[in-house]
Amino acid sequence: MNIFFVAVGMGLCALVFLVLYRAIFGPGVFNRIAAISAVGTKTLIILLIIGYVYNRVEMFIDISMVYALLNFIGCIAAAKYLEMER
Amino acid sequence: MTYILVGLAIICILGGLFFFTTATIGLLRFPDFFTRLHATGKGDTLAVFLCLIGFALYEGFSLTALKIVVIAVFMFLAQPTATHAISRAGIRRGLKPWVKGEERR
Repeated sequence: MNIFFVAVGMGLCALVFLVLYRAIFGPGVFNRIAAISAVGTKTLIILLIIGYVYNRVEMFIDISMVYALLNFIGCIAAAKYLEMER
Repeated sequence: MTYILVGLAIICILGGLFFFTTATIGLLRFPDFFTRLHATGKGDTLAVFLCLIGFALYEGFSLTALKIVVIAVFMFLAQPTATHAISRAGIRRGLKPWVKGEERR
């Protein structure tokens, strides 16, 4: 089961690097915000997988929860800021 | 009984990985900001839900599983809200939706 978790984590890391292409080269700031939100969503799952691999889920689950909240709040704040500008 | 739960967990996590892959392909390949947001908003929401339910099934009946379910419900509410906020900001900043025949943007 440990090997399965490591394999899923490596697949998610590869997907994060693919999404980073859109975050770096994407035209305009809105594409970048969408890509960063997708990266944050994948990071939440990767944190849980790290917790299962190192057998310390009860610590990493709290970090994952805080990461979900911060991702949501950052997304809303960026959207509000870009909406108010101009 | 344990083997059934672990098998269900593996199926759920692999389904989540599949939907993450399709959302990433959509984010890279679609021609416009709104179509990209459509792909990543819906795909990522379902993928996170499937992955977290898989982890909760693998964990069994404990406090950690309850916390995982709480994160799943929160993400199921928060991800469409964030997608809606970003797309509304894009509309108000004057981005036009892509129609067939135009260039990729």
